[in-house]
Amino acid sequence: MTDTLKTLGYPSLDELKSTPGYPGEDIQKKGPVAIIECIEEIPCNPCETSCPAGAIKVGDPITNLPRLIANKCRGCGRCVAACPGLAIYIKDYTYSAEKALITFPYEYFPLPQKGDRVIAVNRRGKPVCEGEIMEVKLLGSYNKTPLVSMAYPREFFEEVVSIKRLEGEG
Amino acid sequence: MLRVENHVVLGKIQRGRKVTIIVDGEKVEVFEGEMIAAALMASGKKVFRYTKKHGKPRGVYCGIGRCTDCIMTVNGIPNVRTCITPVEDGMVIKTQRGLGEWRSDTGDD
Amino acid sequence: MIKTEIAVIGGGPAGLCAAIEGTKAGAKVLVIDENSKPGGQLFKQIHKFFGSREHQAGVRGFQIGEKLLEQSRELEIEVWLNSEVCGLDSDKNLWVVRDKKESIKVIAERVIIATGAVENSIYFPGWDLPGVMGAGAAQTMININRVLPGKKVLMVGSGNVGVIVSYQLLQAGAEVVAVVDAAPKLGGYGVHTAKVCRAGVPFYTSHTILKAWGSECVEGAVIVRLDNSWNPVTGSEKFLDVDTICIATGLTPLSELAWMAGCKFEFIPELGGHVPLHDRFMETTVSGIYVAGDISGIEEASTAMDEGRIAGVNAAASLGYIDDDKRKKMTEKLWKRLNSLRCGPFGEKRKSSKDRLLTFRGEA
Repeated sequence: MTDTLKTLGYPSLDELKSTPGYPGEDIQKKGPVAIIECIEEIPCNPCETSCPAGAIKVGDPITNLPRLIANKCRGCGRCVAACPGLAIYIKDYTYSAEKALITFPYEYFPLPQKGDRVIAVNRRGKPVCEGEIMEVKLLGSYNKTPLVSMAYPREFFEEVVSIKRLEGEG
Repeated sequence: MLRVENHVVLGKIQRGRKVTIIVDGEKVEVFEGEMIAAALMASGKKVFRYTKKHGKPRGVYCGIGRCTDCIMTVNGIPNVRTCITPVEDGMVIKTQRGLGEWRSDTGDD
Repeated sequence: MIKTEIAVIGGGPAGLCAAIEGTKAGAKVLVIDENSKPGGQLFKQIHKFFGSREHQAGVRGFQIGEKLLEQSRELEIEVWLNSEVCGLDSDKNLWVVRDKKESIKVIAERVIIATGAVENSIYFPGWDLPGVMGAGAAQTMININRVLPGKKVLMVGSGNVGVIVSYQLLQAGAEVVAVVDAAPKLGGYGVHTAKVCRAGVPFYTSHTILKAWGSECVEGAVIVRLDNSWNPVTGSEKFLDVDTICIATGLTPLSELAWMAGCKFEFIPELGGHVPLHDRFMETTVSGIYVAGDISGIEEASTAMDEGRIAGVNAAASLGYIDDDKRKKMTEKLWKRLNSLRCGPFGEKRKSSKDRLLTFRGEA
């Protein structure tokens, strides 16, 4: 068991797998699903209240870790924009025969554009592989947190969480 | 470029009209209403004053008017907290040495 | 000389909420703030707040600030800006200097002190060089003034302020070269460290800054590893190419006016140092003087706002504007909200420290 959150700043897979918000491998590979990387008991529950399907439970007290009820999750992504900690992604292993799709929060300018080839990074911000931007979405309800969808090789399914920040001014 | 022109959360920068201030005898274009410290920082200036005893450089420290590290002589008045004082057109600002000096005029010394 | 029923000192999140509750109850309230704009430090908080709906979770700090200002305007609350409260006595006489020109005495029936806090410094060779600044100062520069204090930043301190400001520096276009913390574990919420980490910023635990290097301003920094006894390990020094060093090593309550008025204090390190004793209604040991927000113990804007509301409700109630039953109900409701923010591994320490304050008043 390796713990890295409080020493290196990012949660290890061991740490993530011990929480009720991180779905098991079988569920992750079945189709689009929320991956909740929230492993500390902080007072917060917008993931629960934003979910239209009732697929995330925090309950009372609000410091409970969020629990994913995977069979209710439709992968709509509202929790991704709602999470103040930017700690939720939607991942879809079944996106295509070779590619997976991740939808993640990205609060930096410049935003990537659809069709851009970008560098996908892991939880430490290290480059992992190339990805292709499929969609950039910013609804009013997201309250200024753009959601970026990127296709990337399935073999890096679990490792990839974001992209390398793009150069240039907003 | 030190100014944050566009921002993913805050949007495009909103600011006043361009005005001119005189900083240590040099004209600097800034934006009306912004704090002196911010305007100077945007122009690349970091040293706002030198201490009395050892003549050591000082700049912005707290940014909210508490620490008085960023004080300068403004329109002849020394010890003005530049981080909470907005610029005005024609303002004469000087790097302060020590405790500064009260002067009725704002000319060069 | 001017008379008012409730004088609120400080127009930040705690003070504005106190003023709003006091005014809603029917009291005449005057807010006094030394800044040219109200809102305190709320407007530089551009991240989404935690909590639940009742704490406005998901709303960004500056948006909450805008709402409070709108509410204050609707309630026609009188706000004096550019006005410094230079003195306060136990009879609730205030000496105010307006616009650095006019000296005014304000006689208040109740006073709510909501003066906030100031950032701590740590001392190392070069700590006084231009380019070394509080993390909050950098946050003010980028989010309020929209100017980058530098391009390459070292963050000293990994508590929530350190990691949130690191993230916001990245958002503003700066590079954060490293975040160091002298403790063996990172202090801030893991969700904050994780988002800074995936932006490629390295964290160094058991590390501190040894010195800032530069002649007229910061041109670099040397960090060093600390052993188990927190002593620098010779040979572990590392030079970082930075032009800015941000210090995020905690805050201290701005409590001068409470001292001046004769309030009793207790030293509680978990709450930032000397904190005025207060009861569940936020009243200090001086009758009619209340405190709210960071002055009553360093926490966060969400708790400051609810403390402000408690102070506002109770100050107004003590003037007869709210009956006792309603006052108790409103206070309990706000306490429930506060307690839900003060639980879990991060909140419990603050809750037990806050409870200690109440013990001193014999109210635990």
